[in-house]
Amino acid sequence: MDIAVSDSASNVRAMQGILSQGAAEDSSRQDVSLAVSEPVEVHPDVALVERAKAGDVAAFEKLVKQYDRQVFRIAQHITQNREDAEDVVQDAFLKAYQKLDQFQGNSKFYTWLVRIAVNESLMRLRKRKTGRMVSIDEDVETDEGSMPRDLADWSPNPEQMYGKSELAEILRKTVQGLPPGFRTVFVLRDVEGLSTEETAESLGLSVPAVKSRLLRARLQLRERLSRYFRKKNGEGVA
Amino acid sequence: MTCSEFMAKLDDCLDQKLDAELRAEVDSHLRGCEHCLITMNTTRMTIEIYRRNDIYELPETLRTRLEASIMARCKKC
Repeated sequence: MDIAVSDSASNVRAMQGILSQGAAEDSSRQDVSLAVSEPVEVHPDVALVERAKAGDVAAFEKLVKQYDRQVFRIAQHITQNREDAEDVVQDAFLKAYQKLDQFQGNSKFYTWLVRIAVNESLMRLRKRKTGRMVSIDEDVETDEGSMPRDLADWSPNPEQMYGKSELAEILRKTVQGLPPGFRTVFVLRDVEGLSTEETAESLGLSVPAVKSRLLRARLQLRERLSRYFRKKNGEGVA
Repeated sequence: MTCSEFMAKLDDCLDQKLDAELRAEVDSHLRGCEHCLITMNTTRMTIEIYRRNDIYELPETLRTRLEASIMARCKKC
């Protein structure tokens, strides 16, 4: 897997390198460039982008305030590192500002921004070159998640079994265990609420590849959370 | 419908993208298969729990600092 990066085109290759680890379903990739060509309905953000292109920095600041929380969350999910996530937020918005002319308004600004943020996040993940990268490759090879094993039902109100901070730690630890290609799809589709098509567009993946990864991500998370949320003996009995 | 066929439709089921005919087949399968019913319900709960709990909240002080830094860099472009 060669994912050395120096420009936006190689960023996309780098992203695909990480996202494609062990996934045979991804043989048919979509063409990916920062400018997209599918015509969709015009989003209100486009007006802000047009003003920003004309030199209105305040218009761009509105876009920053509108989406910085989401970009930070996506970056944290992918990089699993607070400092990297902070850098990604800054670099992604700066890059978006510098490349506004490439935004054609054919897709949502947010989807376009997410693509830049994902690229930046995966670059940082690669640069760290920690042992995590090795285990990520190994994780992708497993069939965990495709065949549900844990048949135990959950407590009717699993979130109430733990305090807020303890629950957050469980959720962080659990999602960290997913390979980056899976957790990236999960965070975009299920946490941020992008459609399958928007997720595919943001990641430069085919729709079937997104669907395949999403199913496995959901099932792996479910399996791992079962350790914490399974129904205790006698619970739920009238 | 077999368990494998149900699993192939699980995401469409969770995303409520099944047509009426398939929905009826799924419902019929779930009435007789506790394993698949638990799998569907707990997978749905997994998604809902992650949606409800922001595990990577951006603190307001950090947010203010990041926004200021971004805009300062943009103005230099």
